Amino acid sequence: MENNRFLEIKGLNVSFYTQKGVVPAVRELDLWINKGETLALVGESGCGKSVTASAIMRLVPAPPGKIESGEILLDGKDLLRLTEKEMQSIRGDRISMIFQEPMTSLNPVFRIGEQIAEVFITHYSMDKKEALAKAVEMLDMVKIPAPEKRVRDYPHQLSGGMRQRVMIAMALSSPNPGLMIADEPTTALDVTIQAQILDLMRELQKSIQMSLLLITHDMGVVAEMANRVAVMYAGRKVEAGDVYDIFENPMHPYTVGLLNSMPSNEKYRHAGRLEAIEGNVPNLLEIGSGCPFESRCRYAKPVCREKFPDVKEAGNGHSVWCHFAGDIKFI
Amino acid sequence: MNPIKIFKAGNDAESRAAESIWYENWLLLKKNRSAMFGLYIIIFFLFLAVFASIVAPFDPYLQNIDLRKMTYFSWPYILGTDDFGRDILSRIIYGSRISLVIGFFAVSISLVFGSLIGLISGFYGGWFDRIAMRVIDIMLAFPYILLTIVIVALLGPTLLNAMIAIGIARLPQYTRIMRASVLAEKEAEYVEAERSLGVGNMELMFMSILPNCLAPIIVQATLGVGSAIIESAALSFLGLGAQPPTPEWGLMIASAREFVSNAWWIVTFPGIAIVLVVLGFNLLGDGIRDVLDPRLKD
Repeated sequence: MENNRFLEIKGLNVSFYTQKGVVPAVRELDLWINKGETLALVGESGCGKSVTASAIMRLVPAPPGKIESGEILLDGKDLLRLTEKEMQSIRGDRISMIFQEPMTSLNPVFRIGEQIAEVFITHYSMDKKEALAKAVEMLDMVKIPAPEKRVRDYPHQLSGGMRQRVMIAMALSSPNPGLMIADEPTTALDVTIQAQILDLMRELQKSIQMSLLLITHDMGVVAEMANRVAVMYAGRKVEAGDVYDIFENPMHPYTVGLLNSMPSNEKYRHAGRLEAIEGNVPNLLEIGSGCPFESRCRYAKPVCREKFPDVKEAGNGHSVWCHFAGDIKFI
Repeated sequence: MNPIKIFKAGNDAESRAAESIWYENWLLLKKNRSAMFGLYIIIFFLFLAVFASIVAPFDPYLQNIDLRKMTYFSWPYILGTDDFGRDILSRIIYGSRISLVIGFFAVSISLVFGSLIGLISGFYGGWFDRIAMRVIDIMLAFPYILLTIVIVALLGPTLLNAMIAIGIARLPQYTRIMRASVLAEKEAEYVEAERSLGVGNMELMFMSILPNCLAPIIVQATLGVGSAIIESAALSFLGLGAQPPTPEWGLMIASAREFVSNAWWIVTFPGIAIVLVVLGFNLLGDGIRDVLDPRLKD
């Protein structure tokens, strides 16, 4: 299995140097994605999901951001050691990215055809005419009706769902789409469109054997799309494993909280009322050496405040970082 | 008209609107009457400037001592003659050449260099931004006309130097506007999206961000042509711009101001010409602003 890993992150630390102090946005993160696999990175806002995505792209805004340490291996090559020039040729070639806001992710002053064609001109050195023909092809692939007319549209003439399709078309236009990072690709879309976009992504992923890093806070999307799940909280990975293990046998109190707060989840819902995780994400500036979830965890004991727990393995690659994993009986 | 035809016409309009945003904006601008009036004034003066040698009834430099200070409507001198017996109408027509050239040239200088500095400043930030902005602050601290006069004084009082001076003195405005728009645009998600597609800095700056920042700059430039014309007239009036016997409007006013009590037309008609051209550019500029301002859309 080891040699099948397409992307592997080892001990990644990313900090932001703000005027108030150093914010550790991602700490000691280990992740990997196999070829053709979907890994869902789950957690609430501000837990470091998107920062992880920018770190993989080497697009962490610097300053104030800084990748402190760690390795990001793409096909065995450490991205953090590449020059900016080499990295530029990887972006949009081996790794591409879809963003949360389709409404603003397209340049408003250019036709969408020109924007897709740009990828072909940059990465395949095609001439403009060929590239535009390819753009039509790509729009057809993401199921935009009448693509030969739509290439001439400006972004403001498209709906949110259509724009997200255009973004996917651009991401898929890369010559060797090995990894696609989708940063909350459906958050800004309404539910019917969400389902269409997710279907489309899954279909395309299957047809070109691409790895997908899906960043989301929607456990419904996770259940539908992911092979494996990594749950992040306040910059730390707290639980990771196969999607079935995570849903059937969550071991970290935070994961349980996330599953409880899913409106459609019968298993974890009690007494008809939707449960929320109490409290807020802790201020990353004030986070100590203990478990970051300690302040909100109803099972917390003094030891949680003192020490970040060691990993506990529950078999089948299911690992959890909680002092009492396995001991707590979740009600 | 049958319904099918109506449907087709509607469709046509839609597909043409999709042609280009510039075409769409032009349609909007066409509806703005005062902007179109301004545009007609400008086109009229452009016509005069281009065909001055055909349109003007006399040689603007031709002096005739016998015909000094002829009043207006004294045929064939429609607007009268000046203190050297030169035909005022011809001089105004030839003067439009100079004024328009000054307007466009001065604005081009500040537009090109000002925007470029603003673009780089906003995009890269850092030491370049800090130095550029402090220099701009210093320039803005001077009263505007004083700064222009200082630059002309340094370069020497010729028409070309007056244009350069006006261009340089107006440069800070363009830099500021450009920098502000770039700062806003570079945070936009499409910039990040394009970065994630492997687009480099130069391409991002000139091909993606710049086109999105053009709207306020275009407005500023259109209004700027009008003010540059006024300023060049002011400089010539002060003896720092065009030199006699050039038929420059400001200079015409300056050299005849002593006759204002007994031959007012020598001073007044070039003045009206200035007012008209500047009015034209201001109306057009306001119209373009209305069209391009996103807050007034939808």
